[in-house]
Amino acid sequence: MRAIGDALVTPSSERQERNLYPHAGFDVWKIREDFPILKQEVHGHRLVYLDNAATAQKPQAVIDALVHYYTADNSNVHRGVHSLSERATNAYEETRAKIKRHINAAESREIVFARGTTECINLVANSYGRANVQADDEVIISAMEHHSNIVPWQMLCEERGARLRVVPINDDGEMIIEEFEKLLNSRTKIVSVVHVSNSLGTINPVRQIIEMAHDWNALVFIDGAQAAPHLKIDVRELDCDFYAFSSHKMFGPTGIGILYGKAELLEAMPPYQGGGDMIRSVTFEETTYNTIPHKFEAGTPNIAATIGFGAAVDYLNDIGFDPIAAYEHELLAYGTEALSEVPGVRLIGTAREKAAVLAFVMEDIHPHDIGTILDRQGIAVRTGHHCAQPVMDRFKIPATVRASLAFYNTTEEIDALIAGLHKVKEVFG
Amino acid sequence: MTDIEDLYQEVILDHTKRPRNFREMENASCKAEGYNPLCGDKVTIYLKMEDDRVTDISFKGAGCAISTASASIMTESLKGKTRAEVESLFNTFHGLVTGEPRASQEAADLGKLAVFSGVSEYPVRVKCATLAWHTLLSSLKGSREAVSTE
Repeated sequence: MRAIGDALVTPSSERQERNLYPHAGFDVWKIREDFPILKQEVHGHRLVYLDNAATAQKPQAVIDALVHYYTADNSNVHRGVHSLSERATNAYEETRAKIKRHINAAESREIVFARGTTECINLVANSYGRANVQADDEVIISAMEHHSNIVPWQMLCEERGARLRVVPINDDGEMIIEEFEKLLNSRTKIVSVVHVSNSLGTINPVRQIIEMAHDWNALVFIDGAQAAPHLKIDVRELDCDFYAFSSHKMFGPTGIGILYGKAELLEAMPPYQGGGDMIRSVTFEETTYNTIPHKFEAGTPNIAATIGFGAAVDYLNDIGFDPIAAYEHELLAYGTEALSEVPGVRLIGTAREKAAVLAFVMEDIHPHDIGTILDRQGIAVRTGHHCAQPVMDRFKIPATVRASLAFYNTTEEIDALIAGLHKVKEVFG
Repeated sequence: MTDIEDLYQEVILDHTKRPRNFREMENASCKAEGYNPLCGDKVTIYLKMEDDRVTDISFKGAGCAISTASASIMTESLKGKTRAEVESLFNTFHGLVTGEPRASQEAADLGKLAVFSGVSEYPVRVKCATLAWHTLLSSLKGSREAVSTE
């Protein structure tokens, strides 16, 4: 067993002896070599990065793609006739094609680039929502949504005089499907739910949710921000109407994400923002809009990040989502068991179907204090309400500590977390 | 590198576990609420003033160790102080926790508040240490708006 830092002094436990390495076709130590940032020390300890649900680290391949673009190809896209513009445009549009293949969309024009998942939700709420949601219509979300999948719909409902309905969750943090069924009716226009919860880790049965909503002719938006780094997504198998995710949570650059929308829906929707690239012709009397997806891509886009996003998608598919899911599943089981053995720790989010998120509270020690003490041991976790205050209210807690895992994390790092929590208890006596 | 114990000193932990003046107040002359969205800390400060002097002060709320201890020690430190003395003490305290003493200000005697010197090594925790103070100053000014650290 390799030790990767001085925080990892916990002797091999029984758990450790159930050696997770090497995995068939999955060598975590080799993978870690791809992430230069993980080699650093923080406060004299090897960095243990467990805040992947906030943003994931970037492999060298992504960093290289950014450097290459700015070093060799930097130019604006879709306009120039010169070679650099052609190279930049090709690389930019190649990402669209890669993502189309990655999520099994029918056509590349169903992939719209935006700043991230939040902007995608706002795009659909403003464009599709304002054109189609009328007074007394209903929009359904769940009680485990991130603020970004609450507020745009609240704003829409307020403007249109529509109602926002919320599907409750149970004590394990699972959506109560029977309650969802009761909320659906002929006034339901949009159902927008998270695929994987950022605060609880719950994986929602989105295939079933989509089918149920479609029975009432409601459209379904899936917030895939936390699902995309962990699960292989197939939008046609799901039959979702919209699906969105962000590059930076799936090991790509910040500032870019995609909205998938069924072509006939996107075509019928009015533009979201006006500007360059989204128009075909402009006079002061009239503007003709560009075709999809460009109709929704006003202004010079984040070209470098988009190209880096493509590199991240390639990187993930080279490893393969099946080995990633299998490894993360074991890491989650290891972490769940290890945390459960720490006296006073209570896990928040214990769904049967769960991604690699370990959210917890510990006795009456505030998560913020736990976060500070862990940081001094080089361990990065997120503390707070995770932009999901209604979830905190549901569990009657002000905040949680969240350790969110990625495929480059190791059982040794979970041991470091556990040792860190014992240090917290020591400080608080 | 500073030790974590420099932040979580004994006195701070003691006030976190057994906060002083932790009660609502009937007939408070001023009251204000403060909120730190970063960690969800909430505090309500109750104040009784007579002739420009603090005759009673208490607080309620829920928060991290630093914010709870800060509120607790603040209430202990301010009884009997005039409004000007409160403001002067806050200025000195603010300089202590941010590590940037205001040269133009005459340093007030911090007394027990000096235990928060470790906070200056933890910039993200400054808001925790000052939430109760900002709320107090807002209540002195008679503002009815809840104070937010954001």
